[in-house]
Amino acid sequence: MTSQKQFSTFVLDDLYFGVEVLSVQEVIRYQDMTRVPLAPNAVQGLINLRGQIVTAIDLRRRLGLPERQGDVRPMNVVVRTTDGIVSLLVDEIGDVLEVDEADFERAPETISGAARALVTGVYKLKGRLLLALDVEQTAVLEGDVATERRN
Amino acid sequence: MQPLDDVVKEFLVESLENLDRLDRALVELEQDPHDGENLASIFRTIHTLKGTCGFLGFSRLEAISHVGENLLSRMRDGLLVLDAPITTGLLEMVDAIRQILAAVERTGAENDTDYGALVARLNELNRGPVPPAAVAAPEPSAVAVAPPDTVTVAPPEAVAATPAAAGREDRRPGVADTTLRVDVGQLDKLMNLVGELVLARNQIIQFTATQTDNAFVGATQRLNLVTSELQEGVMKTRMQPIDNVWSKFPRVVRDLATTCGKQVRLEMVGKDTELDKTIIEAIKDPLTHVVRNSVDHGIEPPAVRLARGKPAEGVVHLRAFHEGGQINIEITDDGAGIDPDKVRRKAVDRGLVTAEQAARMSDHDVLRLIFMPGFSTAEAITNVSGRGVGMDVVRTNIERIGGTVDILSTVGAGSTLKIRIPLTLAIIPALMVATGGEVFALPQVNLLELVRLEGEQARTGLERIGNASFYRLRGNLLPLVPLAQELGLTSQCDPSVVNIVVLKADDRQFGLRVDAINDTEEIVVKPLGKQLKSVQVFAGATIMGDGHVALILDVNRIAQQARVFGVGERSVKATAAAASKQGPADTQTWLLFRGGGADRLAIPLKLVARLEEFATADIERSGGHEVVQYRGEIMPLINLGRFLGGADVAPADPRQVIVFSDKGHSAGLVVEQILDIVSQSISVTRSHARAGVLGSAVIQQRVTDLLDVSAIVRHAVPDFQADSAA
Repeated sequence: MTSQKQFSTFVLDDLYFGVEVLSVQEVIRYQDMTRVPLAPNAVQGLINLRGQIVTAIDLRRRLGLPERQGDVRPMNVVVRTTDGIVSLLVDEIGDVLEVDEADFERAPETISGAARALVTGVYKLKGRLLLALDVEQTAVLEGDVATERRN
Repeated sequence: MQPLDDVVKEFLVESLENLDRLDRALVELEQDPHDGENLASIFRTIHTLKGTCGFLGFSRLEAISHVGENLLSRMRDGLLVLDAPITTGLLEMVDAIRQILAAVERTGAENDTDYGALVARLNELNRGPVPPAAVAAPEPSAVAVAPPDTVTVAPPEAVAATPAAAGREDRRPGVADTTLRVDVGQLDKLMNLVGELVLARNQIIQFTATQTDNAFVGATQRLNLVTSELQEGVMKTRMQPIDNVWSKFPRVVRDLATTCGKQVRLEMVGKDTELDKTIIEAIKDPLTHVVRNSVDHGIEPPAVRLARGKPAEGVVHLRAFHEGGQINIEITDDGAGIDPDKVRRKAVDRGLVTAEQAARMSDHDVLRLIFMPGFSTAEAITNVSGRGVGMDVVRTNIERIGGTVDILSTVGAGSTLKIRIPLTLAIIPALMVATGGEVFALPQVNLLELVRLEGEQARTGLERIGNASFYRLRGNLLPLVPLAQELGLTSQCDPSVVNIVVLKADDRQFGLRVDAINDTEEIVVKPLGKQLKSVQVFAGATIMGDGHVALILDVNRIAQQARVFGVGERSVKATAAAASKQGPADTQTWLLFRGGGADRLAIPLKLVARLEEFATADIERSGGHEVVQYRGEIMPLINLGRFLGGADVAPADPRQVIVFSDKGHSAGLVVEQILDIVSQSISVTRSHARAGVLGSAVIQQRVTDLLDVSAIVRHAVPDFQADSAA
């Protein structure tokens, strides 16, 4: 019997992504945000999550995908990382899927740029591919590295 | 009864707590007599108790615990094994101690019950292994084994029970009952909840503004008051004076100084500066390390000090104070200082930077290299420091709690380490301002005043030098920083209104231009996510009354980013004292400019009335002098070049003019270019003095001539009495 994992899935620019369900704290609707001047590009703003201030990262920008078109409001997938919680902005929320480790394959070389570093691998589902997102890496932005170097 | 001394009170609280634990521990030990750890812990408890009793002069207590200690000590050494009689004896001892403590609490002195029997019995137990029969036997037989006089064992026990019981009846709250030890985690939770409550309160207050129901408004006011008081109360529970950490430093310094053969005096200022408990814990180790460093590396041996003309005794000075919503801790020593060139070489040797990088870095940046992992300038590795694991650990620890460390040093005069720690858990009053459509919070502690210019004033009130603008605040030039520009936002402000928030950063003033000024609010400082660590101008974020998130501006960082005070400003305070010994020095603000064949000239900014530009067309001549019509009078223009023996200032259009004013007279000095305004303490070298030049000094790491303003102006305009402060 092969091992099973549960993934929370969502859609970004017609790509099908998933994060392990255990790292997802909650999924909430679009919230009003406070812009952060001078912040790394991928930071969309700050949201007030029941008194806690959470950084919202626009996953499209983080992954180097084209900007969201029209007035479709993104959804917040709030995930836990070792550095606290962050919200990932996605186009659309999908189901929670049970995937089989046997269907896992390392990320194909052909995935472009930023996305490749953040995708741990691909699950071959019936009819489509699920890209497994590395939540920890996603929450680390280039800005952090730049600061370290400057210091 | 006489009131209890604080020391005694603390002793009582601690001892009673320990005794409770002792009861449990003894019983556990009886189950497993070979549990060495438990035994050692019991021994320590009794030992501490005995020591403290002796110190406080409770001889009876001391005597009893002494016997107990002897007994325990033998057990610890494996000469005795705990058995039931010994356990009983020890437990009785605990009861007796408790009785005496109760008496102390009631009357301030020990009771006069006779515990001779108990002491005798404990001694008896101590004398040797009890016969095997007794070991197995229950307690009564132990009594039987004891010498005849131990028959009185029972009475003390009975006595023990009675007063305690009696005491319980008419109990007023004892010391132990009024003090609680609370888990810090619990307080953290409480603090967070109060934070939430404050936010909810703010929301309700905003909502109340739209309500007319008097009863509701009244209730809100009460809620407001109670919340404020609750907030204050909870904050207080977490605060501790920094002395809790500092108190052990005199000993540390003394021991270390003795080891190193140095004479060091420790001075402490701001002992009662209160910090949050968690912060106190976090800074304990880094601070100790820094103090040790100062003694070990900073202060020179007495012989060296005397040779350098300093007193044999070195001084390590600790200072703590609140500033800008942060706690500043400064550790200063008057030792050898750190030689930037030595640091450069070392850093290159260790491969931390390339030689080229090192040469390009400013001295201050070079000093900061000591915070890099694997760096140590100590010539010899001593047993206290110099293993290269020093300052980077200090930095890491401080940064972990969101603080910053900086170092300033003057060779030969000493070093200052500055630690700034933010109040991450705190609730602070803040002024809300708006710029570029966003709302920001400015901590009230940084705030000095608000200035609003309208109409005509708004158009003419600001002075410009190149890209920098200034506002003349009661005669002093106040550098202005447009917030929108610093944050890369677009100002949405009506150009006919100028809003200036006058702020204080590093003991200096500057004006922050904002679009609008809202009201003040109590805000809860919340940390920003790690993703935003690179954005240093924000100290955190908060949630406003309407539920929106607002960023909190870090005023000191903004001042630094905008370079309002020039590059060299940070070292001002540390070097001022040192410089004063070496020559004439002054911390003041200097206007730097170029002209008349000199590349860098400086004059004190306080002599400057205005900076103006005049179109060549406006310049007229009168009696061989260039003049302009200025504010309804004729102002002579002085061409700088003529007095310095250089070429005339090139006739640029418009001309840059520095205006001096005195008693209604003005004179203008034509210069080529205004360079900068810096605040710095300088030491003047007179050797380059010549007509019109007072001497030279190093400003911003470059040699700069100081212009003798009064001489020049007097020469050009004989009836002008310029302030001779230069």
